[in-house]
Amino acid sequence: MTAAIHVEGVAQRFGTRTIFRDVSFEVPTGEVFAILGGSGCGKSTLLNQLIGLLAPTAGTIEILGNTTTGPAGASGRLAMQRQIGVMFQSGALFGSMTLLENVMLPLEMFTDLPPEGRESVARVKLGLVGLGHAAFLMPAEISGGMAKRAGIARAMALDPPLLFLDEPSAGLDPITSAELDRLILQLRDDLGTTFVLVTHELASILAIVDRCIMLDRNAYPDGGGTIAIGNPRVLRDEGTHKMVRAFFRREIPE
Amino acid sequence: MTDSTARLGTEERDGTTVLTLSGHLGAGEAGRLWRQTVRASRAPGPLTFDLGALEYCDMSGAALLVAAETAHGGPVTLTGASPSIAAMLQRARKAGAAPPVVRAARRFADVDILAPLVGGFAFLGELAVAVVTLPVRFRMLRLPDIWRYADQAGVRAIPLVLLLGYLMGLILAFQSAVPMRRFGADLFVANLVAVSLLRELGPLLSAVILAGRTGSAFAAEIGSMKVNQEVDALVAMSLDPMTMLVLPRLIAAMLVMPAMVLTLDIAGLLGMATVMKAFGYPLVTVMHQVQSATSSLDLFGGLFKGMCFGSAVAAIGCKTGLGTGVGPRAVGLAATGAVVGGIVATIFLDGLFALLFYRLGL
Repeated sequence: MTAAIHVEGVAQRFGTRTIFRDVSFEVPTGEVFAILGGSGCGKSTLLNQLIGLLAPTAGTIEILGNTTTGPAGASGRLAMQRQIGVMFQSGALFGSMTLLENVMLPLEMFTDLPPEGRESVARVKLGLVGLGHAAFLMPAEISGGMAKRAGIARAMALDPPLLFLDEPSAGLDPITSAELDRLILQLRDDLGTTFVLVTHELASILAIVDRCIMLDRNAYPDGGGTIAIGNPRVLRDEGTHKMVRAFFRREIPE
Repeated sequence: MTDSTARLGTEERDGTTVLTLSGHLGAGEAGRLWRQTVRASRAPGPLTFDLGALEYCDMSGAALLVAAETAHGGPVTLTGASPSIAAMLQRARKAGAAPPVVRAARRFADVDILAPLVGGFAFLGELAVAVVTLPVRFRMLRLPDIWRYADQAGVRAIPLVLLLGYLMGLILAFQSAVPMRRFGADLFVANLVAVSLLRELGPLLSAVILAGRTGSAFAAEIGSMKVNQEVDALVAMSLDPMTMLVLPRLIAAMLVMPAMVLTLDIAGLLGMATVMKAFGYPLVTVMHQVQSATSSLDLFGGLFKGMCFGSAVAAIGCKTGLGTGVGPRAVGLAATGAVVGGIVATIFLDGLFALLFYRLGL
């Protein structure tokens, strides 16, 4: 199995503040991978680097065979962004379009589907996340959880081989959250989709995540970095780092 | 609550300063006693807190005790503290001991002249790239968007343009008619108003209306999209925000501005004609004066100027929108910046045009 994502020695500094450094990991194709850590440890920063919104101050990132960092990174980023789907924390739906139009937009831009074909594909995607009934609502008219699910539908519009989901189940009720977990597993098993999640939901992590990276802002004396990589169930049972134990067993570190 | 107020007593016992706190020490009482307690704690020599008569102490009260300890600088002896108050104090000590994040001192306004200039050139460069690569990305330019912005920027502004144009013509004609009448030259008010409207005031006033109504709206729209990560979502889909968000607005503004300028010119001339009629000149005479004073060059020069002003206002609106920082306050700042920047740019451009037209002999 080849790696969908290959990250080597990535760092991010803002001014004199080091968010993290020496972050390296690989995500094999067809894996559900999670980025974990307390708030402020740089999870979203790492995600922004992966999806090409932020250039890391050091290190290399290779996604689906495209090197997205360094001097030749711009073309690699464009090629990579054509092949991924991203769901942002709040959904980031376009406020001037209905949910259906939001999901249809990537189809309109990157496929030659006729309008009626785009609409049927978009309806299927909305149905998958349980929003078939809300296709003609505007983003302002739906709840936060629905916006999140619509964001996932839009990220899946082009059936990308790699999906990035930023806190997919935060703020969802347990039933919808469990349905979402099942959808992720289904897509992974049926289509071989690779997932990268940023999440805090312990139940969901233990249920669906194959492997995870844990960041901590005090990993080094002078800044943040990786404190653990591995299967979350193994980390829960055998993790030795105090922050890993704190995260999985809710122990308060002294 | 029997005794709702806290009291502070200070006394000296064998060289030790004893601070006695009693009663109910909540946030309100802590505020009242803060300065007094901290000042008393600065006393040299050993310090003791007598908390025996303290009935209640919340986190704010504990924070006061911690502040007093810090002010004293040395160890403080506690006497008579109940276990819960002692625990509260312990927790406050620990919470207060976290190292503070060192931040650079904040200035009220960062005056940096170069940054907006560099940003402006970068924006123009990106815009040029978007225009050049448009044939490849033609799909990203959504025509319905252009019509929508043209409607929002132009069609909906027509009543305002008519009103302001008419009033402007009226005022200009009346104000200039009064002194000109003394020389018996009040017929030439028509010439004066026509030339100034077509060449200067029409485009300028339309640009100000566009900056106030539309430049700010563009900045706020794009700014809130930025805050809501919608711009990030576009980039992550490899869709170009320049082509998807900026170009349609720019094209719409360039399309509607000549129409707005023309409407304003006509309304202004009507306003002027109203005054002239009131002064007793027949409309035919007024029309003849206008015809003799102006040429089509004046009109088209004005319309062209309007188009340039419109593109500048729209571009600045979009640029400030895309440069929006974090949080809801940033959207307001972007909208303000768009109006100010749009008007300043318009007047600068107008100066350039004045120079250019003079050199060209137009």
